[in-house]
Amino acid sequence: MSAVTPTTADDRDLDTRARGGGPSAAYWTGFVVVVGALALSPFVLPEFWQRFATEILIWGLLAMSSDILIGYTGMVSFGHSAFFGLGLYGAAAALLAVRPPNLWLALAAGLVAAAVIAVFVAYFSTRLRDIYFSITTLVFSQIFYVIIFTWTDVTGGENGLTFRQPPFGVPGLFSVPFTRNGLHWFVLAVVTLSYLLLRRITQSPFGMVLQSIRENEPRTRAIGYNVERYKIVAVMLSGLFAGLAGSLYAVQNKFAAPDFVLFLISGETVIFNVMGGMGTLVGPVAGAAFFLLMKEAFSRIFYEYYLIPVGIIFTLMVIFLPQGLLGFLRRRLNQ
Amino acid sequence: MIPLDQILVQIVNGLVNGMILALVASGLTLIFGIMDIVNFAHGDLFMLGAYVGTTAFLTTGNFWIALLVSVLVMALLGAALQITALRPLVGRDPLTTILATFGISLVIQNYALWQYGPVPRKIVEPVTGHFRLFYVEYPWYRIVIALMSAAIIGGLYLFMKYGKHGIWIRATTQDRVMAAAMGIPVPWVHTVVFAIGAAMAAASGVLFGPTVGVNHAMGFDFTLRAFVVVVVGGMGNLGGSILASIFISLLESLATIWVSPAQAVIVSFVALILTLLIRPTGLFVPTPK
Repeated sequence: MSAVTPTTADDRDLDTRARGGGPSAAYWTGFVVVVGALALSPFVLPEFWQRFATEILIWGLLAMSSDILIGYTGMVSFGHSAFFGLGLYGAAAALLAVRPPNLWLALAAGLVAAAVIAVFVAYFSTRLRDIYFSITTLVFSQIFYVIIFTWTDVTGGENGLTFRQPPFGVPGLFSVPFTRNGLHWFVLAVVTLSYLLLRRITQSPFGMVLQSIRENEPRTRAIGYNVERYKIVAVMLSGLFAGLAGSLYAVQNKFAAPDFVLFLISGETVIFNVMGGMGTLVGPVAGAAFFLLMKEAFSRIFYEYYLIPVGIIFTLMVIFLPQGLLGFLRRRLNQ
Repeated sequence: MIPLDQILVQIVNGLVNGMILALVASGLTLIFGIMDIVNFAHGDLFMLGAYVGTTAFLTTGNFWIALLVSVLVMALLGAALQITALRPLVGRDPLTTILATFGISLVIQNYALWQYGPVPRKIVEPVTGHFRLFYVEYPWYRIVIALMSAAIIGGLYLFMKYGKHGIWIRATTQDRVMAAAMGIPVPWVHTVVFAIGAAMAAASGVLFGPTVGVNHAMGFDFTLRAFVVVVVGGMGNLGGSILASIFISLLESLATIWVSPAQAVIVSFVALILTLLIRPTGLFVPTPK
């Protein structure tokens, strides 16, 4: 079975490596410009858009996490809401249980919760390929949704949980409450570090094996790699970063609800990837920004029915732009 | 100790629900078996079919005419969807079809919400009698649903086995290229199969409509269930998915004796996971020799 995107390997992000030497100066210039612009954005943007930029970063991290599976390993996960939601509820549990609320503990709890779920999901779902993998991840996320929705005593059921925002600080040194800008910079720092880490992982020998699974699974197995083990680790890694996105969301929104475990979040994650360009890491973030901006714009025209135009655009992109916005731009620029 | 009559009532319930589910799932299996398309919008076609049924019912006042109208309208819509959205994807990875149909599902779901609003709509059942089943008054209509579903599935089976165009469909399943070489218009067979699948989803939607309120979110539930059934039954295997539908629905019905219906869904999910562990090719397919 070929990869999801009908691209050739040299069309992708790894081409910088394939051309020899480290990543180009142009790449790092672009990187610095984008991160710099995001860091300075709170000074320019009005408050609404400031919050919007922070949200894009968090959803972008979720999108990147699923790109490890969708773009690099060729496994379309329709269950990322489970990891995101468990990260969210894990962080919520830590923020509610420990007085005073501690930021690092919340992030750690979110990661642990997502990791536990990821091990479980990875073990079962990687036994299957293609569509069966998608269906299994979808079913798993639905299981966690039902549990969270009906276990009212612990999770607050439909009403969800509300909690206080933890202060930013280093234990024993200092502790200051988050300002709007401070939170934005914190999220930016975490997302940027995650991006660099994910980028390193996808360019490592491990990442190369994942891409080889995407291109030709039987051959990868024949060469002697334990494909199942690589897939399990890929799902776990992906779940871990999705959980990180979930715990960041908890810190930002001070609210956890079963809606965040619902399938729709997984669907949106897939949309981010397809719109932005699978297998590029940056693409999914761009896709998240594009989707959220589109959602915002269409919500003003179509109100709660914004998913009608968004759904049509998404379907058209699947048909006509299978490489997403980034792949499309890259091809235009190379012409 | 659970009284026996309670178990028996739940078994009847499970069989009735199983037949409805079988009708939805056999459409999904048909589409997958022939085109390698995982139709994520299948549950939404079911839901939209039910809504079209409510509209037709309000206009004509006759349930059976509403059923027929809904089936025809949804068959046309299915054909249109296949031609516009899925035909360009032929030959690409099956995963792109799951993405495209997911987009379609979003559109249909929100269109229904926009057009019909969030309040569930009710179709009046055409058969209102009840009969005594142990401690409950059991509606005859539910038995009618089960029989109708069985009749439609049986009709499909006969059509596939003996009808000229049914043979075309089976030929296309076996070997697309060879079928085309023999003069079978393969692209149109694909369109018609998708239309048949959509029509079956619509029929089940209208039949199921009177037992619950028709609402825009009911589609996803059925998509998920149909997926579970199709995997448990063995993908692309019509008989397997019918047996699996009944099996899954029986499990869920029996589970409602102990837990709430919302939690009973987990039982079918667990059945899916166990199937994947023990027999990933499906519980109801013969072991390949």
